[in-house]
Amino acid sequence: MSYFVSFLLAIVSAMLIDNVVLSRFYGICSFVGVSNKLKNAFSMGLAVTFVIVVAALICWPLYLLLELAGLSFLRTIVFILVIASLVQLIGFFIKKYSPSLYKALGIYLPLITTNCAVLGVVEENASQALDFGMSMANAIGTSLGFLFVIVLFSAIRIRIADTDTPKAFKGLPIALVTAALLAMAFTGLGGMVG
Amino acid sequence: MAKKERSPHLQAFLNPIWEANPLFVLILGTCPALAVTTSLESALGMGLLFTFVLVGSNVLISALRKLIPEEVETPSYIVIIATFVCLVEMFSEAFLPELYSSLGVFISLLVVNCIVLGRAEAFANKNGVLDSLLDGIGNGIGYTLAIAIIGLVREILGTGKLSFGNTLTFLPKVSLPILNFSDYGGPDFSLSIFTQPTGAFIVLGVIMAIIAAVKIHKDNKAKERKKQALLAEKSAKAQQKEAK
Repeated sequence: MSYFVSFLLAIVSAMLIDNVVLSRFYGICSFVGVSNKLKNAFSMGLAVTFVIVVAALICWPLYLLLELAGLSFLRTIVFILVIASLVQLIGFFIKKYSPSLYKALGIYLPLITTNCAVLGVVEENASQALDFGMSMANAIGTSLGFLFVIVLFSAIRIRIADTDTPKAFKGLPIALVTAALLAMAFTGLGGMVG
Repeated sequence: MAKKERSPHLQAFLNPIWEANPLFVLILGTCPALAVTTSLESALGMGLLFTFVLVGSNVLISALRKLIPEEVETPSYIVIIATFVCLVEMFSEAFLPELYSSLGVFISLLVVNCIVLGRAEAFANKNGVLDSLLDGIGNGIGYTLAIAIIGLVREILGTGKLSFGNTLTFLPKVSLPILNFSDYGGPDFSLSIFTQPTGAFIVLGVIMAIIAAVKIHKDNKAKERKKQALLAEKSAKAQQKEAK
């Protein structure tokens, strides 16, 4: 199998089979928190996608340096600092060059620092010693999976809001049960990539 | 909130255990609550590490609260928290390697745990060291309790057994059959879906629904009592009028 094919398969696998929210449990907070409205969910998903890919791009060579220096135990501190400053920087850049995008992402940008999907992907790349191509595939697949699931989920939640749910299940509980059904559907995709 | 006036120290300690439980009431820290709760034991292990990080960061941040300039508050908190997470990571890798490998990346993800950062921003930077220590212990117990409940339900329903000594290796190795008697040639009533992600979402959802139902029931009762008190007052007034 050529490298390119395995690259594509890694993206599909990270996006659908090992979905970031429904099977790896990263980023549940924002998944539940901002999926009330479709537009917000889409903006958040887009912002997270962007940050995950750039963070993975920067952290991969950085981890290589840390390993060479024998400081790999410092990786969590280094990664979180990179992510926090990256989010700030991206905020500045978007504000300058695309005010309309900044308006759309606005308040979601600072929230991304504490989204565990970002740190989770970077840590995964480091602890599994993935090579550069596979790290990027993991980052791209994971972030697309996040975007896909958060948009899907918010579309479902809009419909749930109109239905007559039992009083005790209103709001979060029914959303979590829905997520359970969604997770069950996603387990059906297991085994798609050998 | 509290019925009687408690002393503020006791309040800081007791409030987060149930009334303001970080997971069930404030809905923070849901990622590890779903990911590491396949068994009671790993949930307890996670709770232990979480409590250590929270207490450490709370105490240090509250001790340094007058030294940290306001502009760099959040980054400084993140660095302090990351330091404690680093300590916990190395400690668990050295002394509890089974726990380390079963929790995996979720130990490092404590850095971005909303509860730890949330307590730093909302409590430790405004209160003294003692209160912050108590708040950290209280939140730690509250969160451990919450994920232990989820872990207990998922382990019993998912594997039918309750086993200890696999990840927290300092405990004796025991395995209690509760729903699964296959080791003794009996039937197995467990539902393996509860060990999977689906089960995690369902259990958390149902627990939150139960808590909501209890709250609704209590509110209704309180309303009923108020109504009855009002009615009694009215009838008493009517009687007084008649007497006149």
